[in-house]
Amino acid sequence: MEAVVFLFSLLNCCLLIFLSAYFIIALSDLECDHINAKSCCSKLNNHTIVTVLMLISLYWFIFLLNLPVATWNIYRFIMVLSGNMGEFDPTEVHNGGQLKSHMKEAMIKLGFSLLCFFMYICSMILALIND
Amino acid sequence: ERENGHANHCKLQMHIPPCASGPAQSQMQAPSGYGVHHQNYMAPSGHYSQGPGKMTSLPLNNQCADYYSGPYSVPTQNMTPSTANQPGAQQMYGRDPPAPHMMASTPGPFQGAATSASHLHTSASQPYASFVNHYNSPSMYSANSSVASQGFPSTCGQYAVSAVSNAAYPSVSYPSLPAGDPYGQMFTSQNAPAGRPAKDSFAGHSTAVSHPSPLPPPPSQQQQSLSGYSPLSWSAPGLPSNPHSLIQNKMGSLTTANNNPTNTVADSPSCPGTQNVLPPKSSPVASTVLSRASPARLPPAARHPGEPAASASQPSEQVQSPGMQYGEYVNNQASSTPTPLSSTSDDEEEEEEDEEAGVDSSSTTSSASPVPNSYDALEGGCYPEMHSSASSPAPDRTLEPNSTPAQALAPAPAPAASQPSKVAKPFGYGYPTLQPGYQNTATPPHSGVHSSSPAYSGFQQYPQHYPGVNQLSSSLGGLSLQSSPQPESLRPVNLTQERNILPVTPVWAPVPNLNLELNKLNCSPDSFRCTLTSIPQTQALLNKAKLPLGLLLHPFRDLTQLPVITSNTIVRCRSCRTYINPFVSFIDQRRWKCNLCYRVNDVPEEFMYNPLTRSYGEPHKRPEVQNSTVEFIASSDYMLRPPQPAVYLFVLDVSHNAVEAGYLTILCQSLLENLDKLPGDSRTRIGFMTFDSTIHFYNLQEGLSQPQMLIVSDIDDVFLPTPDSLLVNLYESKELIKDLLNTLPNMFTNTRETHSALGPALQAAFKLMSPTGGRVSVFQTQLPSLGAGLLQSREDPNQRSSTKVVQHLGPATDFYKKLALDCSGQQTAVDLFLLSSQYSDLASLACMSKYSAGCIFYYPSFHSTHNPAQAEKLQKDLKRYLTRKIGFEAVMRIRCTKGLSMHTFHGNFFVRSTDLLSLANINPDAGFAVQLSIEESLTDTSLVCFQTALLYTSSKGERRIRVHTLCLPVVSSLADVYAGVDVQASVCLLANMAVDRSISSSLSDARDALVNAVVDSLSAYGSTVSSAQHSALIAPGSLKLFPLYVLALLKQKAFRTGTSTRLDDRVYAMCQIKSQPLVHLMKMIHPNLYRIDRLTDEGAIHVNDRVVPQPPLQKLSAEKLTREGAFLMDCGSVFYIWIGKGCDNNFIEDVLGYPNFASVPQKMTHLPELDTLSSERTRSFITWLRDSRPLSTVLHVVKDESPAKMEFFQHLIEDRTEAAFSYYEFLLHVQQQICK
Repeated sequence: MEAVVFLFSLLNCCLLIFLSAYFIIALSDLECDHINAKSCCSKLNNHTIVTVLMLISLYWFIFLLNLPVATWNIYRFIMVLSGNMGEFDPTEVHNGGQLKSHMKEAMIKLGFSLLCFFMYICSMILALIND
Repeated sequence: ERENGHANHCKLQMHIPPCASGPAQSQMQAPSGYGVHHQNYMAPSGHYSQGPGKMTSLPLNNQCADYYSGPYSVPTQNMTPSTANQPGAQQMYGRDPPAPHMMASTPGPFQGAATSASHLHTSASQPYASFVNHYNSPSMYSANSSVASQGFPSTCGQYAVSAVSNAAYPSVSYPSLPAGDPYGQMFTSQNAPAGRPAKDSFAGHSTAVSHPSPLPPPPSQQQQSLSGYSPLSWSAPGLPSNPHSLIQNKMGSLTTANNNPTNTVADSPSCPGTQNVLPPKSSPVASTVLSRASPARLPPAARHPGEPAASASQPSEQVQSPGMQYGEYVNNQASSTPTPLSSTSDDEEEEEEDEEAGVDSSSTTSSASPVPNSYDALEGGCYPEMHSSASSPAPDRTLEPNSTPAQALAPAPAPAASQPSKVAKPFGYGYPTLQPGYQNTATPPHSGVHSSSPAYSGFQQYPQHYPGVNQLSSSLGGLSLQSSPQPESLRPVNLTQERNILPVTPVWAPVPNLNLELNKLNCSPDSFRCTLTSIPQTQALLNKAKLPLGLLLHPFRDLTQLPVITSNTIVRCRSCRTYINPFVSFIDQRRWKCNLCYRVNDVPEEFMYNPLTRSYGEPHKRPEVQNSTVEFIASSDYMLRPPQPAVYLFVLDVSHNAVEAGYLTILCQSLLENLDKLPGDSRTRIGFMTFDSTIHFYNLQEGLSQPQMLIVSDIDDVFLPTPDSLLVNLYESKELIKDLLNTLPNMFTNTRETHSALGPALQAAFKLMSPTGGRVSVFQTQLPSLGAGLLQSREDPNQRSSTKVVQHLGPATDFYKKLALDCSGQQTAVDLFLLSSQYSDLASLACMSKYSAGCIFYYPSFHSTHNPAQAEKLQKDLKRYLTRKIGFEAVMRIRCTKGLSMHTFHGNFFVRSTDLLSLANINPDAGFAVQLSIEESLTDTSLVCFQTALLYTSSKGERRIRVHTLCLPVVSSLADVYAGVDVQASVCLLANMAVDRSISSSLSDARDALVNAVVDSLSAYGSTVSSAQHSALIAPGSLKLFPLYVLALLKQKAFRTGTSTRLDDRVYAMCQIKSQPLVHLMKMIHPNLYRIDRLTDEGAIHVNDRVVPQPPLQKLSAEKLTREGAFLMDCGSVFYIWIGKGCDNNFIEDVLGYPNFASVPQKMTHLPELDTLSSERTRSFITWLRDSRPLSTVLHVVKDESPAKMEFFQHLIEDRTEAAFSYYEFLLHVQQQICK
């Protein structure tokens, strides 16, 4: 049972890693003027929700670990200004270093996901051995 | 023209040398620039690579001398080949020679110059010698090509070296001279440019002068000869061969200096002699030269007054001062090897002066005459003098004029003396790097002029225009500035003790602390301003100063003079794409160094030709390099699609509310009146849509007998009924359009429809416009209540005067923002006219214009009959709106020097990538602001530049690029940073930042931030001033108005609290802060108050035959309002005339047309045209104020006692209100905060 949970976590984690990497790629593209802010933001906004869901779906003892990140994501999601188009607003993404903070955030999330990934692997193997 | 072009080439060569010298001065330029030249030149021979190496090795004085000689010889070669081969070539050469002549111009001065700058002369003599040598050795031909090429590089190298040493410069002039000699006759016949003729006159004398510049030219000449002319020259008789030999000689000398094997080899045939000659530099060589050269030279001089003269002048000099002189010079050089250093400095100085003069002379034509809009015009107008002079003997005079200015600048005193001062300036200022290229290029001829004797004084006309003079004075000015340790801007001001902080005259933008020439070239502060005119070196220093750093732009401002440049290749930096501008440095004639990324770029061949002067070889005199604001006609490279036509769509609210307000009549009337004045060409298209709860389209297809109205009631899924006939050609369907405009105001008079489906109407408009792009003008009178984008009222009238939280400053929905982004993507801008009496949620509606680069007009409580002032304002605004310039499908990119970065933009646009603003439309009344940060330390540069490039499609379907470049100094001390604060720009930038803060955070946060900005900057300054008065509130002179302006901001509608302010008014004020250019914004923030009941002509200015009185500014305080007076307050879009109770009846009668105070009506919006002196003065003053702004202003006459006086009194920002500090209280508050 435990093993199944970890397997699921692992899969989730992989997804998160890819997502973070995708964020980073998209944002760095934006930084280098490769793509339009509008298209970039519309890409990124679609994925914000998924992140939240995935983090919440983790098992309970990992839940505490994930709680801060999940809360942050939910907070970000809720705090989007009424007139803005999602967390990444194309009209503001270039302002006041927002791009950099988004980038930093994506990097931290990537690191966190990687950490979780290895933790889940270990836990899963342990669980399998224990079985 | 072709011939001219050739001539230009020659000139270019000449100029190039100066450039080279310039680089040398700057040091940086020399190496890179030269390298480039080598490449270009060397292409033929392949030896060039060696050339650079030589350069490095050249440092020795002897070598320098050799080099000079080398260059000189080269020119001769070129000249000869060209003459022999082609007439055109000859002409060109002839011109070239003149240029040198310019340098050398006057013989008399020559001697003087020689005395002053012996080194120069010596160097000059050497070059001659080399020439002679060249001539002597006719056999050189075979070796020549390769050798010559090598020689050039070497020359370049020499330049770099020589830059330090004077000798290098002189050489330049020589080359031209030789050319002149051979071709002298040719030149004269042709057209020797006026300048040349002058040179001729100078010839003998100027040689010395010319020499400085000559060096650079030689390389270019060599290049030319190598590429195009070398073959000819080869074929040509002895003369051509001689030149080659000369080149070789030069090469050889160079090579000797450089140690290049190739050179030596090349030289071996013909060069040996030359080489020998060079090293010795001794009289023998000189004598040979004289003998040989003199004959050739003399004839040219005689033949060509101007051009030939230049060439001749050198020879003549030689002749005049026979072998003896040369020998002496040579000896001097040889012996003076140590001296060169000192001499070099002199030379440099001279060069700089020369450059200045040169620039002036070259630019005079352009600058003197209003800048025409096309090249052709310029060409026609600019150089007539030159030509005439060339044709006639006058040429000498023309040259002389140049000299005269210089003389005027640095009169009797030895040129050397003047030069040192100049040198001191640039260096002192730390800006030399930029200009050197410039100056050097231009200078050589001018220096000659300077040195020239009084004989030239006759040409006073020129002197005025000459930059040289200006530069001198500027240099002097700079010195004086430097000498005064504390300029006014740094004088500490005790704010709490200074009662009259506001100056009586309007506050002008501070002038950057640059030398005069740079300031003259700099962009007008009306178009481009920086909050700090001295940029701090590091972010740490900026943080210490606690001042905002940013730019305020007004890029599409209506200009009375704008150089428009048509050119196949628009010269831009290859790596950062910066447009060439006055602040780049020319390393030599063929290369320029980007002032933003420091990349070295090639100068394209086309750029060598100056259409203004019809001359070749003067890239530094092109209009692009002479003006910091220019407009290019862009080629198809700058188009993603064919330029769009002007397309105008009007989307009109015709609900009951709108009909009741009656704006349709005014709009249709304005449109009918201005239909022919709409900007556009024959493709202009126009369309109309109206909407209430349904959407109405109007089919105006040509051929219909009357307009056809098509109603679409499905607002959930809008479609276009007849997409092709809704936007019609203005001229083909003019009658139908007029029909429609005549009937439209009455079509809906009986409507009972109260709903407004604005969202769907906008979607339809977007669909209609998306194939072409263009401008959508939306007229809305109420809250949209149907379909997509419907809005609810969010304003709580009870919260209007709340001191706590002001909500709903941001949009309620992202519908309008998305729509705007879609529109922006299709090059469509949406302009919003909001004419409403109730809350209409401007915060949400404004998004449609904000992100599509539109503009917003708001007429609160508009009613065509009940509120005639607003109706009149709408009418006038519409006139301006419909007829003002417009640019379509525009993008604006702002670039800045490496190390700086932009991080936040303010204005109406969509930021498409980090530095690219997408502007579907651009109008002349739009302003922008940018915040900057310093990413890397700027310690290795003394200047930073900012460039905005606005690419747009004009209403005539032309793709154009308007480029503004601003150059500012970098400073390393906090005091300098404070000295350079532009307080108005800072306040405007802060206002923009505060608007963002209010929306993203809260209004109170924004207010706190504004106060903190004052507290932080003043306390930071206080801590740098070690004065004993710690209790006092001290501000630098440049910041003394800062607290006042910030207080004004806090009392501005956008940010005030505690005073009843309607949400829409507040949001509109915020929109204006974001999109108004600085000049208009400042009036909004801090109105101007004048007393007008006692206007006098004292200090009056004359505008268009009208006398405009200039009353002093009064501070905005009720204490200034005496009951006996009448005051005018200029709030930007509104004028108030306040009449005191005890106002003189004479004034009321003479100006207002009423017998006494009591009979003046409560609502008065016009001043009668009375035939009295005081009425005339008042009206001319008000008219003058009105003319200074694009949009109309409403005039309100406010009687003391009338209820409307509150409107007036709220602008008296120095007074206390129930909810806000007085100015003095605010100062105390700030002081308290600082002490905490």
